[in-house]
Amino acid sequence: MNVEELKRIREKSQKEMDLRSGEKAIKLVVGMATCGIAAGARPVMAAIKDELARQNAKNVSVTQSGCAGFCEQEPLVDVFRPGETKITYGKVNPDKARKIVVEHILEGRVVNEFVFAQDK
Amino acid sequence: MQELSMHILDIVQNSLAAGATQVEIRIRENLAEDILMIEVQDNGRGIPQEVLYRVMDPFFTSRTTREIGLGLSLLKEATERSGGCLKVCSEEGRGTRVMARFQLDHFDRAPLGDMGETVGVIISGNPALDLFYEHQVDGQIYVLDTRGMRNILGPINLDDPLVLDFVRQDIQMGLKKIGAATFPKVMEVLR
Repeated sequence: MNVEELKRIREKSQKEMDLRSGEKAIKLVVGMATCGIAAGARPVMAAIKDELARQNAKNVSVTQSGCAGFCEQEPLVDVFRPGETKITYGKVNPDKARKIVVEHILEGRVVNEFVFAQDK
Repeated sequence: MQELSMHILDIVQNSLAAGATQVEIRIRENLAEDILMIEVQDNGRGIPQEVLYRVMDPFFTSRTTREIGLGLSLLKEATERSGGCLKVCSEEGRGTRVMARFQLDHFDRAPLGDMGETVGVIISGNPALDLFYEHQVDGQIYVLDTRGMRNILGPINLDDPLVLDFVRQDIQMGLKKIGAATFPKVMEVLR
Protein backbone atom coordinates (compact mmCIF):
# COMPACT_ATOMS: atom_id res chain seq x y z
CA MET A 1 0.00 0.00 0.00
CA ASN A 2 1.41 3.38 -1.05
CA VAL A 3 1.26 5.35 2.21
CA GLU A 4 2.69 8.59 0.74
CA GLU A 5 0.01 8.65 -1.96
CA LEU A 6 -2.66 8.11 0.72
CA LYS A 7 -1.31 11.09 2.69
CA ARG A 8 -1.55 13.25 -0.45
CA ILE A 9 -5.18 12.13 -0.89
CA ARG A 10 -5.92 13.15 2.70
CA GLU A 11 -4.64 16.67 2.04
CA LYS A 12 -6.58 16.96 -1.21
CA SER A 13 -9.83 15.45 0.11
CA GLN A 14 -9.85 17.52 3.27
CA LYS A 15 -10.13 20.69 1.18
CA GLU A 16 -13.18 19.32 -0.60
CA MET A 17 -14.78 17.66 2.43
CA ASP A 18 -16.88 20.64 3.46
CA LEU A 19 -18.39 20.77 -0.02
CA ARG A 20 -19.31 17.08 0.04
CA SER A 21 -20.69 16.99 3.59
CA GLY A 22 -24.37 17.49 4.27
CA GLU A 23 -27.47 15.39 4.09
CA LYS A 24 -27.47 12.53 1.57
CA ALA A 25 -30.98 13.12 0.28
CA ILE A 26 -30.98 10.74 -2.70
CA LYS A 27 -30.26 7.04 -2.24
CA LEU A 28 -29.25 4.42 -4.80
CA VAL A 29 -29.25 0.72 -3.92
CA VAL A 30 -27.48 -1.85 -6.10
CA GLY A 31 -28.47 -5.54 -5.80
CA MET A 32 -25.27 -7.38 -4.92
CA ALA A 33 -26.31 -10.98 -4.26
CA THR A 34 -24.89 -13.90 -6.30
CA CYS A 35 -27.43 -13.30 -9.08
CA GLY A 36 -26.59 -9.59 -9.25
CA ILE A 37 -22.82 -10.14 -9.22
CA ALA A 38 -23.05 -12.84 -11.91
CA ALA A 39 -25.16 -10.50 -14.06
CA GLY A 40 -22.67 -7.62 -13.77
CA ALA A 41 -23.55 -5.62 -10.63
CA ARG A 42 -19.88 -4.94 -9.81
CA PRO A 43 -19.09 -2.81 -12.89
CA VAL A 44 -22.53 -1.16 -12.52
CA MET A 45 -21.68 -0.12 -8.94
CA ALA A 46 -18.25 1.11 -10.07
CA ALA A 47 -19.81 3.10 -12.95
CA ILE A 48 -22.36 4.73 -10.60
CA LYS A 49 -19.67 5.81 -8.14
CA ASP A 50 -17.46 7.02 -10.96
CA GLU A 51 -20.22 9.04 -12.66
CA LEU A 52 -21.34 10.59 -9.36
CA ALA A 53 -17.75 11.66 -8.70
CA ARG A 54 -17.33 12.92 -12.27
CA GLN A 55 -20.53 14.99 -11.97
CA ASN A 56 -19.51 16.17 -8.50
CA ALA A 57 -22.88 15.02 -7.05
CA LYS A 58 -22.87 15.87 -3.35
CA ASN A 59 -26.12 14.61 -1.84
CA VAL A 60 -26.26 11.00 -3.05
CA SER A 61 -25.54 7.80 -1.10
CA VAL A 62 -24.93 4.44 -2.77
CA THR A 63 -25.49 1.20 -0.86
CA GLN A 64 -25.84 -2.51 -1.63
CA SER A 65 -28.65 -4.97 -1.02
CA GLY A 66 -29.22 -8.72 -1.24
CA CYS A 67 -31.45 -10.68 -3.61
CA ALA A 68 -34.87 -9.14 -4.25
CA GLY A 69 -36.15 -12.31 -5.91
CA PHE A 70 -36.12 -10.99 -9.48
CA CYS A 71 -32.85 -12.63 -10.49
CA GLU A 72 -33.65 -12.57 -14.21
CA GLN A 73 -33.83 -8.74 -14.06
CA GLU A 74 -30.41 -8.27 -12.42
CA PRO A 75 -28.46 -6.09 -12.14
CA LEU A 76 -31.17 -4.11 -10.33
CA VAL A 77 -30.76 -0.52 -9.15
CA ASP A 78 -33.30 1.17 -6.85
CA VAL A 79 -33.54 4.97 -6.78
CA PHE A 80 -35.08 6.74 -3.81
CA ARG A 81 -35.67 10.47 -4.22
CA PRO A 82 -37.30 12.44 -1.39
CA GLY A 83 -41.04 12.84 -1.93
CA GLU A 84 -41.10 10.54 -4.97
CA THR A 85 -41.97 6.86 -5.46
CA LYS A 86 -39.19 4.28 -5.54
CA ILE A 87 -38.03 3.45 -9.06
CA THR A 88 -36.36 0.09 -9.79
CA TYR A 89 -34.25 -0.19 -12.92
CA GLY A 90 -33.63 -3.67 -14.35
CA LYS A 91 -30.91 -5.25 -16.51
CA VAL A 92 -28.67 -2.27 -15.84
CA ASN A 93 -25.21 -2.13 -17.40
CA PRO A 94 -22.48 0.51 -16.86
CA ASP A 95 -23.71 2.70 -19.75
CA LYS A 96 -27.31 2.58 -18.51
CA ALA A 97 -26.08 3.29 -14.96
CA ARG A 98 -24.29 6.46 -16.12
CA LYS A 99 -27.46 7.59 -17.95
CA ILE A 100 -29.56 6.96 -14.81
CA VAL A 101 -27.14 9.05 -12.75
CA VAL A 102 -27.22 11.96 -15.17
CA GLU A 103 -30.94 11.98 -16.09
CA HIS A 104 -32.68 10.67 -12.95
CA ILE A 105 -30.32 11.58 -10.11
CA LEU A 106 -29.07 14.92 -11.36
CA GLU A 107 -31.89 16.14 -13.63
CA GLY A 108 -34.84 14.43 -11.89
CA ARG A 109 -36.22 12.71 -15.02
CA VAL A 110 -37.03 8.98 -14.73
CA VAL A 111 -35.37 6.95 -17.52
CA ASN A 112 -38.56 5.10 -18.47
CA GLU A 113 -36.97 2.77 -21.01
CA PHE A 114 -34.93 1.04 -18.25
CA VAL A 115 -37.64 0.92 -15.54
CA PHE A 116 -38.49 -2.57 -14.26
CA ALA A 117 -40.84 -1.59 -11.42
CA GLN A 118 -42.29 1.48 -9.76
CA ASP A 119 -43.86 1.65 -6.31
CA LYS A 120 -47.49 2.72 -6.48
CA MET B 1 -19.10 -16.24 -12.59
CA GLN B 2 -16.30 -15.55 -15.05
CA GLU B 3 -13.69 -14.35 -12.56
CA LEU B 4 -12.46 -15.50 -9.16
CA SER B 5 -12.64 -11.89 -7.97
CA MET B 6 -16.43 -12.05 -8.48
CA HIS B 7 -16.62 -15.19 -6.33
CA ILE B 8 -14.64 -13.31 -3.67
CA LEU B 9 -17.09 -10.39 -3.85
CA ASP B 10 -19.96 -12.87 -3.49
CA ILE B 11 -18.43 -14.56 -0.42
CA VAL B 12 -17.81 -11.18 1.21
CA GLN B 13 -21.47 -10.26 0.59
CA ASN B 14 -22.37 -13.41 2.57
CA SER B 15 -20.06 -12.22 5.37
CA LEU B 16 -21.74 -8.81 5.40
CA ALA B 17 -25.20 -10.43 5.42
CA ALA B 18 -24.03 -12.39 8.47
CA GLY B 19 -23.25 -9.12 10.27
CA ALA B 20 -19.45 -9.23 9.89
CA THR B 21 -17.52 -6.10 10.87
CA GLN B 22 -14.14 -7.61 9.96
CA VAL B 23 -13.29 -9.50 6.77
CA GLU B 24 -9.90 -10.89 5.75
CA ILE B 25 -9.16 -11.91 2.17
CA ARG B 26 -5.93 -13.89 1.74
CA ILE B 27 -4.71 -15.13 -1.62
CA ARG B 28 -1.59 -17.29 -1.86
CA GLU B 29 0.13 -18.42 -5.02
CA ASN B 30 2.64 -21.22 -4.55
CA LEU B 31 4.44 -21.53 -7.88
CA ALA B 32 6.56 -24.56 -6.91
CA GLU B 33 3.54 -26.59 -5.85
CA ASP B 34 1.24 -25.07 -8.51
CA ILE B 35 -1.39 -24.09 -5.93
CA LEU B 36 -3.66 -21.05 -5.68
CA MET B 37 -5.39 -20.66 -2.31
CA ILE B 38 -8.13 -18.13 -1.63
CA GLU B 39 -9.35 -17.66 1.93
CA VAL B 40 -12.08 -15.37 3.18
CA GLN B 41 -12.52 -15.15 6.92
CA ASP B 42 -15.08 -13.07 8.80
CA ASN B 43 -16.31 -12.38 12.32
CA GLY B 44 -19.99 -12.71 11.41
CA ARG B 45 -22.57 -14.71 13.30
CA GLY B 46 -21.40 -18.01 11.79
CA ILE B 47 -23.35 -20.93 10.35
CA PRO B 48 -25.22 -23.41 12.58
CA GLN B 49 -23.80 -26.96 12.36
CA GLU B 50 -27.11 -28.36 11.05
CA VAL B 51 -26.91 -25.89 8.13
CA LEU B 52 -23.14 -26.05 7.47
CA TYR B 53 -23.21 -29.43 5.70
CA ARG B 54 -25.79 -28.07 3.20
CA VAL B 55 -24.18 -24.73 2.27
CA MET B 56 -22.72 -26.10 -0.99
CA ASP B 57 -26.04 -27.60 -2.04
CA PRO B 58 -27.45 -25.38 -4.84
CA PHE B 59 -30.98 -26.23 -3.73
CA PHE B 60 -30.42 -24.86 -0.27
CA THR B 61 -30.42 -21.21 0.82
CA SER B 62 -31.13 -19.25 3.97
CA ARG B 63 -32.71 -16.51 1.83
CA THR B 64 -36.44 -16.17 1.61
CA THR B 65 -36.57 -14.43 -1.78
CA ARG B 66 -35.74 -17.56 -3.81
CA GLU B 67 -35.28 -21.29 -3.27
CA ILE B 68 -31.81 -21.80 -4.66
CA GLY B 69 -28.42 -20.70 -3.32
CA LEU B 70 -25.77 -20.75 -6.00
CA GLY B 71 -22.90 -18.74 -4.47
CA LEU B 72 -20.85 -21.45 -2.75
CA SER B 73 -21.96 -24.21 -5.14
CA LEU B 74 -20.63 -22.19 -8.10
CA LEU B 75 -17.33 -21.64 -6.27
CA LYS B 76 -17.12 -25.36 -5.44
CA GLU B 77 -17.61 -26.15 -9.13
CA ALA B 78 -14.90 -23.60 -10.07
CA THR B 79 -12.40 -25.23 -7.69
CA GLU B 80 -13.17 -28.81 -8.72
CA ARG B 81 -12.93 -28.19 -12.46
CA SER B 82 -9.39 -26.93 -11.90
CA GLY B 83 -8.20 -29.80 -9.71
CA GLY B 84 -8.97 -28.15 -6.37
CA CYS B 85 -11.53 -28.22 -3.59
CA LEU B 86 -13.63 -25.98 -1.35
CA LYS B 87 -13.86 -26.12 2.43
CA VAL B 88 -16.07 -24.06 4.73
CA CYS B 89 -15.45 -23.89 8.49
CA SER B 90 -17.75 -21.99 10.78
CA GLU B 91 -18.47 -21.50 14.44
CA GLU B 92 -21.65 -19.85 15.63
CA GLY B 93 -20.98 -16.49 17.21
CA ARG B 94 -17.34 -16.43 16.03
CA GLY B 95 -17.40 -16.34 12.24
CA THR B 96 -16.85 -18.28 9.04
CA ARG B 97 -13.80 -19.22 6.99
CA VAL B 98 -14.08 -20.18 3.32
CA MET B 99 -11.01 -21.86 1.78
CA ALA B 100 -10.90 -22.41 -1.99
CA ARG B 101 -7.97 -24.31 -3.49
CA PHE B 102 -7.14 -24.37 -7.22
CA GLN B 103 -4.38 -25.76 -9.39
CA LEU B 104 -2.67 -22.48 -10.32
CA ASP B 105 -1.82 -23.37 -13.92
CA HIS B 106 -4.79 -25.57 -14.68
CA PHE B 107 -6.30 -24.84 -18.11
CA ASP B 108 -9.77 -24.49 -16.57
CA ARG B 109 -8.74 -22.29 -13.65
CA ALA B 110 -10.80 -19.10 -13.93
CA PRO B 111 -8.82 -15.83 -14.21
CA LEU B 112 -8.36 -13.86 -11.01
CA GLY B 113 -10.08 -10.85 -12.58
CA ASP B 114 -10.19 -7.30 -11.28
CA MET B 115 -9.42 -7.46 -7.54
CA GLY B 116 -9.09 -3.67 -7.50
CA GLU B 117 -12.71 -3.26 -8.55
CA THR B 118 -13.90 -6.01 -6.19
CA VAL B 119 -12.20 -4.43 -3.15
CA GLY B 120 -13.29 -0.96 -4.30
CA VAL B 121 -16.93 -2.04 -4.53
CA ILE B 122 -16.79 -3.73 -1.11
CA ILE B 123 -15.35 -0.58 0.48
CA SER B 124 -17.68 1.83 -1.35
CA GLY B 125 -20.76 -0.03 -0.11
CA ASN B 126 -19.36 -0.69 3.37
CA PRO B 127 -16.95 2.09 4.36
CA ALA B 128 -17.09 1.14 8.06
CA LEU B 129 -15.97 -2.46 7.41
CA ASP B 130 -12.49 -3.49 8.61
CA LEU B 131 -11.15 -5.14 5.46
CA PHE B 132 -7.75 -6.79 5.24
CA TYR B 133 -6.54 -7.97 1.83
CA GLU B 134 -3.27 -9.85 1.44
CA HIS B 135 -1.92 -11.38 -1.77
CA GLN B 136 1.25 -13.51 -1.65
CA VAL B 137 3.26 -14.85 -4.56
CA ASP B 138 6.07 -17.10 -3.35
CA GLY B 139 6.83 -14.91 -0.34
CA GLN B 140 6.33 -11.53 -2.04
CA ILE B 141 3.41 -9.79 -0.37
CA TYR B 142 0.94 -7.05 -1.24
CA VAL B 143 -1.27 -5.83 1.65
CA LEU B 144 -4.16 -3.38 1.87
CA ASP B 145 -5.67 -2.80 5.31
CA THR B 146 -8.56 -0.38 5.78
CA ARG B 147 -7.69 0.07 9.47
CA GLY B 148 -4.27 1.41 8.49
CA MET B 149 -5.86 3.55 5.80
CA ARG B 150 -8.24 5.13 8.34
CA ASN B 151 -5.29 6.02 10.60
CA ILE B 152 -3.66 7.89 7.73
CA LEU B 153 -6.84 9.44 6.29
CA GLY B 154 -8.24 10.73 9.59
CA PRO B 155 -11.63 12.38 8.94
CA ILE B 156 -11.74 11.35 5.26
CA ASN B 157 -14.21 8.52 4.65
CA LEU B 158 -13.09 5.40 2.81
CA ASP B 159 -15.88 5.83 0.23
CA ASP B 160 -14.43 9.18 -0.85
CA PRO B 161 -14.02 9.04 -4.67
CA LEU B 162 -10.31 9.82 -4.44
CA VAL B 163 -9.79 7.04 -1.91
CA LEU B 164 -11.70 4.51 -4.05
CA ASP B 165 -9.55 5.46 -7.06
CA PHE B 166 -6.47 4.97 -4.89
CA VAL B 167 -7.68 1.51 -3.80
CA ARG B 168 -8.25 0.31 -7.36
CA GLN B 169 -4.97 1.65 -8.67
CA ASP B 170 -2.89 0.57 -5.66
CA ILE B 171 -4.16 -3.01 -5.94
CA GLN B 172 -3.59 -3.16 -9.70
CA MET B 173 -0.03 -1.85 -9.33
CA GLY B 174 0.67 -3.92 -6.22
CA LEU B 175 -0.42 -7.19 -7.84
CA LYS B 176 1.61 -6.40 -10.95
CA LYS B 177 4.67 -5.70 -8.81
CA ILE B 178 4.54 -9.07 -7.02
CA GLY B 179 3.79 -10.89 -10.29
CA ALA B 180 0.30 -12.13 -9.40
CA ALA B 181 -0.98 -14.69 -11.88
CA THR B 182 -4.08 -13.14 -13.43
CA PHE B 183 -4.51 -16.03 -15.88
CA PRO B 184 -3.10 -19.58 -15.83
CA LYS B 185 0.25 -19.60 -17.70
CA VAL B 186 -1.17 -21.93 -20.34
CA MET B 187 -3.88 -19.34 -21.08
CA GLU B 188 -1.32 -16.49 -21.19
CA VAL B 189 0.37 -18.30 -24.08
CA LEU B 190 -2.92 -18.51 -25.98
CA ARG B 191 -3.91 -14.87 -25.36
